[in-house]
Amino acid sequence: MLYSEKVMDHFRNPRNVGIIEDADGVGEVGNAKCGDIMKMYIKVENGIIVDCKFNTFGCGSAIATSSMSTEMIKGKPVEEALTLTNKAVVEALDGLPAHKIHCSVLAEEAVKLAVKDYYDKNGIEYDAEKFCNGDCAHCCDSH
Amino acid sequence: MDRNPEDIIDKKLSHIIYADNAATTKTSEAVVNAMLPYMTGIYGNPSSLHTAGQYAKEALEDARRRMAKALGGEPRGVYFTSGGSEADNQALMTCAAIGEKKGKKHIISTAFEHHAVLHALKKLEKQGFEITLLPVHENGIVVPDEVAAAIREDTVCVSVMYANNEIGTVQPIAEIGRICREKGVIFHTDAVQAVGHIDVNIERDNIDMLSLSAHKFHGPKGVGALYCKKGIPVYTLIEGGAQERGKRAGTENVAGIVGMATALEISLENLKEKGERLTAMRNELIDGLLKIPHSRLNGDREKRLPGNINMCFEGIEGESLLLYLDDKGICASSGSACTSGSLDPSHVLLAIGLIHDIAHGSLRISLCEENTEEEIKYMIKAVCEVVEHIRSMSPVWHDLQEGRRQYVIQ
Repeated sequence: MLYSEKVMDHFRNPRNVGIIEDADGVGEVGNAKCGDIMKMYIKVENGIIVDCKFNTFGCGSAIATSSMSTEMIKGKPVEEALTLTNKAVVEALDGLPAHKIHCSVLAEEAVKLAVKDYYDKNGIEYDAEKFCNGDCAHCCDSH
Repeated sequence: MDRNPEDIIDKKLSHIIYADNAATTKTSEAVVNAMLPYMTGIYGNPSSLHTAGQYAKEALEDARRRMAKALGGEPRGVYFTSGGSEADNQALMTCAAIGEKKGKKHIISTAFEHHAVLHALKKLEKQGFEITLLPVHENGIVVPDEVAAAIREDTVCVSVMYANNEIGTVQPIAEIGRICREKGVIFHTDAVQAVGHIDVNIERDNIDMLSLSAHKFHGPKGVGALYCKKGIPVYTLIEGGAQERGKRAGTENVAGIVGMATALEISLENLKEKGERLTAMRNELIDGLLKIPHSRLNGDREKRLPGNINMCFEGIEGESLLLYLDDKGICASSGSACTSGSLDPSHVLLAIGLIHDIAHGSLRISLCEENTEEEIKYMIKAVCEVVEHIRSMSPVWHDLQEGRRQYVIQ
């Protein structure tokens, strides 16, 4: 089988699908040309991500990685969400096929961009180097 | 996962709707029955002198005659291969060898050929051949006049597929063949998707070389044929023996070849009636799916294979569509990048002018005679539901709906 049971579970029953209208941070990565777009919304209270939702245009693993990453950051401090790695998402899903790893990279970047947006909106200082610039072309090229 | 095939069939596959017949078909029971004696009883090597071998040889030559008759060609023109890809490679290498000898190093083909043709042409390009790939236009049909205009003094051959594997468009093969004959250029057609599905006739269609594959018309996998007209020296792709008159070494797949000939004969019985019934079901499916907002049919609506449907739905991605359909018991296919493991969507959809954003959201359904009216109705309902579900969580769809992005498919 192409995907693990966990991937299929998150694909069939994605957690936290939707839009947060009054989100504190929104991150969108990917483009339709590459075939994957993820949009991540976070709601933050007292430095904690109290809610997180996503919308994804993409393949099975793009939907599953989005779903899994929302579960992994929900209820966590914002700083901790920044430490989420694509590797951790892949492991939590019991693995992904090699040519689908870029989906997990997108999920990590979407989370980071949502946090960055939150920082920007609230005037919180951060190291810009840590964030994806929103241009997925280099990610596409490398996979 | 369960590894016992009987269990898999029983628990996972007994209730599926199989609508991916352009990928492969079910080997029909009659074909399996025709093959069995050549595995269990008449299993001799056709090259052997003993009786056991000679009966196998007879079956092989009988299959060759039956294939030739079904295709409107001569038995000596039939060369058995491992399938369509090998036949395509052998055909093009044959043309290249002739071109090399005559100093004609220009080959004409089209932008939406199967990769067996396109990759072989890439190889020849590296060897100094010049390749012209003709456009296939928005409707997915090659224009014969453009073939004529592309032929030069140094053109050795033209290779145009009979019917496209993704969008099912049927090409004006007889007309292209006539042009090639007039200009003294070899004409090859990859007829893998056409043979057994529509009326193909080597003589009538002015074909010099033709590739076919058994498993596309309810024959077994791993067997096919190259037809090559008398007078064209076939290039030997696989060296090592005198089989197929020295043009294709390797002990012949006798059971597979017998199965292929049987499958072809069966598929040609009542071809017209079967085609009409399939076309009616196909049209019902197309009409049903076109009711989905912002959807389109890819390829000419009339000049297409009776069982082929290829559609795009804006705001969705093909792989997730296929996986959700699989959950609903429907086996279909997509030209989306994700299904192929590359980031580029189907070269066929790009060749008919679709942009990447749309090409990612394609669905190919390919029917066969076994599909039923009920299945068509179920598939329409299932695709509508799945498209709606995927769109509900697609940021692209939301952007389109809220005017932040312009629809490509109106």
